Amino acid sequence: MTMIDQDPLPPRASTSGTTATRATRLLGLATIMSMAWLVAFGLGFSPADRDQEEAVRILYVHVPTIWIAYLAFVVTALGSAIYLFGRNHSLGFDRLAGASAEIGVAFVAATLVVGSLWGRLTWGVFWRWDARLTTTALLFVSYIGYVAVRRLGGSHHQRARRSAVIGLLAVLEIPLVHWSVRLWRSLHQEATVLDPGGDIDMDGLMLFSLFVGVVSFTLLYVWLLMHRTRSMAMEDLLDEQGLDVALEARRAEASGR
Amino acid sequence: MEDAGFIVGSYVVTFAMVALVAWRFVRHGRRLAKQVPDDEKYWL
Repeated sequence: MTMIDQDPLPPRASTSGTTATRATRLLGLATIMSMAWLVAFGLGFSPADRDQEEAVRILYVHVPTIWIAYLAFVVTALGSAIYLFGRNHSLGFDRLAGASAEIGVAFVAATLVVGSLWGRLTWGVFWRWDARLTTTALLFVSYIGYVAVRRLGGSHHQRARRSAVIGLLAVLEIPLVHWSVRLWRSLHQEATVLDPGGDIDMDGLMLFSLFVGVVSFTLLYVWLLMHRTRSMAMEDLLDEQGLDVALEARRAEASGR
Repeated sequence: MEDAGFIVGSYVVTFAMVALVAWRFVRHGRRLAKQVPDDEKYWL
């Protein structure tokens, strides 16, 4: 059973049963609206590509999901660094790192699945052990490991320390994934927008569709992050209370002898 | 029209995956929020 399915303590009085606030509701609404724009531009208004033809439409979801996964893992590394090297060793930054990694894993999973659909249309195969695909799969497995390590036993600070080290090491894979198409002979195309030369050789409407995708998934990322960090704060609190209750019961049992 | 299935499917798969994650986060948050007093919730 994962931590997400556990009910450590019975319900209490005077609680509001949600992690939502006015800000998250507005953010959620903005996310849904921008997703509708993404569908309209990605599947409707943007033109077909000269070489890829209609398959280019897949890139308006494929590219933003991996960019936001990179962002999520960089946030994980920053949260880890602030926890590890900060004066206060605040668990808030550890939870930020953990929540961001979970979201990043979901986004990389979407990238891999959708990328395989794009590969089938463009290359004729769902998967090749190509440098970009292999390094992306490695990134995915690494952060699955990060999330798994967070669920090992121990105190919250033990969890934070060991996962912070992994978070700081795993982020080094991102440049490897990004530069893999240049470092090795790769079937995957090179960067079009994040090209070091700075030339963006794309049709205006295509670029705008990609921009809508990036905005949509960024809003979604922030919305997910707010909800998950709040849940994690409650998980930690209930863990501490559960431990206090267990200790109190043990003391009562010992004094009764 | 095989391409259309793959293209629409890629959007459906992406939105379904993120919707599933969102639903799990919200449901889990609601379950926990019932057990925690409001004064412990920094976002309220």
